[in-house]
Amino acid sequence: MTVRTQDSGARTRPPAGTGAGPVRRRPLRLRDRLTKAEAKVAPYAFVSPFFIVFAIFGLFPLLYTLWVSLHDWSLLAGDQGFVGLANYRELMQDSDFWRALTNTIGIFVVATIPQLILATVLAQVLNGKLRARTFWRMGVLLPNVTSVAAVGIIFGLIFARDYGIVNWALGHVGVEPINWRGERWSSWLAISVMVDWRWTGYNALILLASLQAVPKELYEAARIDGASAWRQFWSITVPMLRPTIIFVSIVATIGGIQLFTEPLLFGSGVNAIAGGSTGQFQTVAMYLVQQAFTGQRFGYASTVAWVLFILIAVFAVINVALLRRIKSVD
Amino acid sequence: MKTKNPLLYVGLVATVLLSIGPLYFMLVMASRTNDEIVSLPPPLTLGDKLFPNVDRVFDNPDVLFGQALVNSLLVATVATVCVVVSSSLAGFAFAKLKFRGRNALLLFVIGTMMVPVQLGLIPLYMLMTKLGLNGGLPSVTLPFVVAGFGVFMMRQFAEQAIPDEMIEAARVDGASTFRIFFSIVFPALRPAAAVLGLLTFMERWNDFLWPYLTLDAEHPTVQVALSRLSSGYYSDQSLIMAGTLIGTLPLVVVFIVFGRQIIGGIMEGGLKA
Repeated sequence: MTVRTQDSGARTRPPAGTGAGPVRRRPLRLRDRLTKAEAKVAPYAFVSPFFIVFAIFGLFPLLYTLWVSLHDWSLLAGDQGFVGLANYRELMQDSDFWRALTNTIGIFVVATIPQLILATVLAQVLNGKLRARTFWRMGVLLPNVTSVAAVGIIFGLIFARDYGIVNWALGHVGVEPINWRGERWSSWLAISVMVDWRWTGYNALILLASLQAVPKELYEAARIDGASAWRQFWSITVPMLRPTIIFVSIVATIGGIQLFTEPLLFGSGVNAIAGGSTGQFQTVAMYLVQQAFTGQRFGYASTVAWVLFILIAVFAVINVALLRRIKSVD
Repeated sequence: MKTKNPLLYVGLVATVLLSIGPLYFMLVMASRTNDEIVSLPPPLTLGDKLFPNVDRVFDNPDVLFGQALVNSLLVATVATVCVVVSSSLAGFAFAKLKFRGRNALLLFVIGTMMVPVQLGLIPLYMLMTKLGLNGGLPSVTLPFVVAGFGVFMMRQFAEQAIPDEMIEAARVDGASTFRIFFSIVFPALRPAAAVLGLLTFMERWNDFLWPYLTLDAEHPTVQVALSRLSSGYYSDQSLIMAGTLIGTLPLVVVFIVFGRQIIGGIMEGGLKA
């Protein structure tokens, strides 16, 4: 009905009716109309697969976690009733949670600082005039292709107490065998090495990409002025890379807060989820899984998840703010 | 000019050795007996037990390693095809079509990249239980058939790879949006789609946490099988290392063949993200 009236309306519009000169506008036929309608609807059809699937498997679980966290909810018995913020209050006084949080942040700090420094230096080196460029790039990225599970297992052996290659090498310089899993500091260090091994090259490549956008003239001018390579690095490379360094570090933070697989497989054994005999390398993500599936406390574990999410959200907000700033610099 | 600083190459060689070292160590351990592994000094060269060890991995009745390889291939392939198609569709729409709410929706997509699926693990587990999918392969595939990163990446690529005039011209000729997508846009997006496909495949192949929680003993993926191999019921290190080697090898091969594209994709994604 509407289609017909609009159709006839279009026919009687001036360009078709005046008759003077060539007809500038073809009357809209039904086919054109359908095409127009299709062009309006199509974008939504195109983006809908993403949004539908994400709503079901991404957004819904995330929001439902909040709901579950307000309940006493167990794996087998199901919902045992609304408890309000009781889980949150318990969490604040839960020394196991605080220990896990300390471990997570500790490992993150021990891992990330050397990682970013190394990645920045490596990016600078890879940006030089090199033979076999692709080979070097592939070389540094290879660890990232390896699965986290494999990394955990391999480094578990490398850091073994009695026959591990690290302790054997340390023995040559007179260091007594270290029980890498036994102490807090040593387990943090070992896990940080795994994280850095896997991610330093990846970050170096991202930094390299932004380094290549730095005008070459800057370096040439500095060279003419007699600046050393070290001076060029500090006065040109680091300042120019700053936005990317911040970006990379926030991505690393988000990853670091979720650290799970490396410590799990580093521990191995039947009760690996506990992260060592006294939880010395149990991360928050491990504690979450332990509470949910070993302790069967879905409600409480959801509380852990939500607190974890708040931590990540804080960093995401910072991230967006920074991305805005990067844009305005361009 | 090119060899101006030999120190540079020394540093690079050291870096690459550190990169390859642990993987080489894995190969060494996979080719030795358990007695050799626990001897000092630790063996640094290849032994002759690689194939017997590999055989033992596949013969192990508890971890179903062969099945796990097939499962991983299946799961990763399905997810990859779905991600590439859904991301190309959405990426094209965001880059080249005008519609109400486009900017808000795109911002939402970027936001989803910040939200890791891990945080919704518990409801996801409950949801899969309700759907009767826990334990089987659909439960590790379905949540990953779309990816915010993919949408964003394809949008960035589509924006500069497809001239607006081309789409205009096709429209004047009366082509529908779907027609335009299949005959003009998708072919133009192929290079980016290939990179996205590679990255997605590797990510899915390496996925651990969710499969570890949801899959049962009859339906392992490679990473889950690996964790079961090393879960404390075994202290058979050469078996574990042989398994780790088999699980890592397909990716290393993919990486060696497509390394250039993968590096390009990562550098591009990092720059723009």
